[in-house]
Amino acid sequence: MKSVNKTVLDMKPSGIRKFFDIVSEMPDAISLGVGEPDFDTPWHVVDEGIYSLERGKTYYTSNSGLMELRQEICSWYERKYNVSYNAATEAIITVGGSEGIDLALRAMLNPGDEVIIPEPSYVSYVPCVSLAGGKPVTIDLKNENKFKLTEEELASHITDKTKVLILSYPNNPTGAIMTKEDLEPIAKLAIKHDLYVISDEIYSELTYTEEPHCSIASLPGMIERTIVINGFSKAFAMTGWRLGYALAPSSIAKLMVKIHQFCIMCAPTTSQYAAIEALRNGDKDIENMRKSYDERRRYLIKRLSDIGMPAFEPEGAFYIFPSIERFGMTSDEFATRLLESQKLAVVPGNAFGQSGEGFVRISYAYSIDQLREALDRIAIFAHIQD
Amino acid sequence: MRKEILRLLEKNSRLTAAEIAAMIGSDEETVANEIKAMESEKIICGYHALVDWDKIEHERVTALIGLKISPVRGEGFDRISTRISKFEEVKSVFLMSGASHDLILTIEGDSLKDISHFVYEKIAPMDTVVSTATFFVLKKYKDHYIDLTEGHGDDNRIQIMP
Repeated sequence: MKSVNKTVLDMKPSGIRKFFDIVSEMPDAISLGVGEPDFDTPWHVVDEGIYSLERGKTYYTSNSGLMELRQEICSWYERKYNVSYNAATEAIITVGGSEGIDLALRAMLNPGDEVIIPEPSYVSYVPCVSLAGGKPVTIDLKNENKFKLTEEELASHITDKTKVLILSYPNNPTGAIMTKEDLEPIAKLAIKHDLYVISDEIYSELTYTEEPHCSIASLPGMIERTIVINGFSKAFAMTGWRLGYALAPSSIAKLMVKIHQFCIMCAPTTSQYAAIEALRNGDKDIENMRKSYDERRRYLIKRLSDIGMPAFEPEGAFYIFPSIERFGMTSDEFATRLLESQKLAVVPGNAFGQSGEGFVRISYAYSIDQLREALDRIAIFAHIQD
Repeated sequence: MRKEILRLLEKNSRLTAAEIAAMIGSDEETVANEIKAMESEKIICGYHALVDWDKIEHERVTALIGLKISPVRGEGFDRISTRISKFEEVKSVFLMSGASHDLILTIEGDSLKDISHFVYEKIAPMDTVVSTATFFVLKKYKDHYIDLTEGHGDDNRIQIMP
């Protein structure tokens, strides 16, 4: 047989897979390992999806997606984050945020181009860069900086081959955010070195600070070099609808649509109709969900600090990233032993990059009753280790 | 802060003061004192379990009773409503807007017969009650924000996801 694709062959399997296999064979195990909201999609949004089917909206949409939806997205971004993209030429509806990341990288990279990826980060950036022919250059972010990207860290990784910086804040797995003040020096460097920024803002509505999320695209000189990735999964609890979007300068958006039309055709039509309703009438849903997440977040911070697993205070997404240093185990060992002895699954931090070693990711997309039970188990585990 | 405490307790009355304190960023003592104060001010009037009686072998019947009342000068509907409230069988009493019924009661009993008996023996003969209409509950789909339909509320998410 002839050899298959070498890049794919060389891709490392996800470190999470192993745990998933163990957990799925342990029927009484409980998990803090999910990566999606525990809320159902708000009913008025579901209803709009159903209604679109009843009206016979069962056909393809245009490649870029329904114009009505693109307009709603652009006015949403303007209203919420003070960034204006053109709905006709700078917005693409994608199959989840993940597709947008892939499209953006494939549209921009030539073989050998370097892409800077601060880690710990979501697991798809490195493989997507490799698949697009680029070279991933990771930065090990630090707990003492609350896992924010600093100017010095970025500057020391830029070479003359660097083309793109991937920023993902609010961050999965750390819960870190970057404020306007944090982003300003990063933007200056991006402009100075003529870098594109892919800003994955999928958790943008889930922040717990007074100031709302700041998109780097809103900073001076950035909109022409920023590709914003966002979607409906986290803000509106719509993971299964598989709907996201990308906002990009028209020169890049045009290329992304080209790839999208040949590989995907268009995002699911039903989901697009539901999403229009979500953007028009979903502010209150987001507010209620954010409030619940915030309560659970505070509860977890308190419990973990009582147990002696300190974490910096996460201000976004729905994850907390405590250090397991005091147990003298690797993240993998910790997660394996916790699962074996207490039947509780968490995700080892090194699954998100080498700098996640020494940490575990705990999701708080769970009810307080579930969190209480899980934290009781962690407390027993910690007590046994001491 | 009271509003926040009440909102949490209304959904889950088993939360401890320490848990509520952690969730709203206060301390245990302050929250415990507020709860105590609200109990004595009758802002918090009780704590109950939401029971789905259909799941155990126990005959229990719920009915809504609509009453038309001829109001009495000087006391409106208050006197009759208070009298009706005294019956142990009566779970709730609401004064309604709209023309069809003035009061709506919910009543729980062990059988249809029990409830009908109570209505025509006790309620219908009361002085100012003009008419009654009894609606028996056949099935509860949702109660106190909780969806009671089969399978609802199960966590069907993939347990480990990046």
